[in-house]
Amino acid sequence: MRPEKISDVSLSCDTQFHGEDGALRLIIPANERSVRRGLQTIKSGMSDLRLSQDDWSTIELVVAEVLNNIVEHAYREHGDGLIETHLDYSKGALYCKVIDTGCQMPNGQLPDGAQKDLNCQIADLPEGGFGWFLIHQLTQDLNYARQENRNTLSFRLPFNRAI
Amino acid sequence: MKLNHKDFDNARVVTVCENRIDAVCAIQFKDEMRKLTDNGPTHVVLDMSQVEFLDSSGLGAVVAVLKAKKIDQLLELAALQPAVQKVFHLTRMDTVFSIHDNALSAIEGIADAS
Repeated sequence: MRPEKISDVSLSCDTQFHGEDGALRLIIPANERSVRRGLQTIKSGMSDLRLSQDDWSTIELVVAEVLNNIVEHAYREHGDGLIETHLDYSKGALYCKVIDTGCQMPNGQLPDGAQKDLNCQIADLPEGGFGWFLIHQLTQDLNYARQENRNTLSFRLPFNRAI
Repeated sequence: MKLNHKDFDNARVVTVCENRIDAVCAIQFKDEMRKLTDNGPTHVVLDMSQVEFLDSSGLGAVVAVLKAKKIDQLLELAALQPAVQKVFHLTRMDTVFSIHDNALSAIEGIADAS
């Protein structure tokens, strides 16, 4: 990781695939436009896997939620942070690890991601809080660790089917 | 964020001319949509046929538009692509919104009901 080199190109990506196994590492600046571009990079980097639309849409959604949470919360106080994403694919699942050096999670713990109660008047409907719910719903082995000044979030995304 | 709209007898169809409603553009989407509902007729249909990706920010923005509509106004959704449908289904927001297969059937439904 050479973060000092990526400030100009704004995005760094290494991809390696061997048969059905692959690895992709992506480093992006912590802002929403870079998250959007990073998702495009991941999509083209993983195109050899020939994932179904359904599997890809799950990956895109979960990674988007995780990265945007880091942009909006971990790096809320300082806008020049970096986010490092490791994706490892093997045996029908994607293993993902995301590292940042922003603030730690509230109380040092994962938000619980409870289902929002929608049994209410329209005026009382929630407009936020869906992100962690989606992450919890769609991932397995979701884990968060704070070590020194680093946050590491890891999870597994099983594939339903490869085409 | 480009939103096109077309007015029919008693309905306005707003078409999202972007393939994403995400954290980059959610606030802009909400603001533009509010203008189109504020001065719109009783029925507003949001045609999302071009939207391939919607994240929790985008979902929150669509909910915010629903909450901001006038009391006597009806906001319905049409033409959700599978990835967008998935977000509505998982969060159970598909139980809150009327969702039509396409904008035309939404308009016809409105015509039948009136």
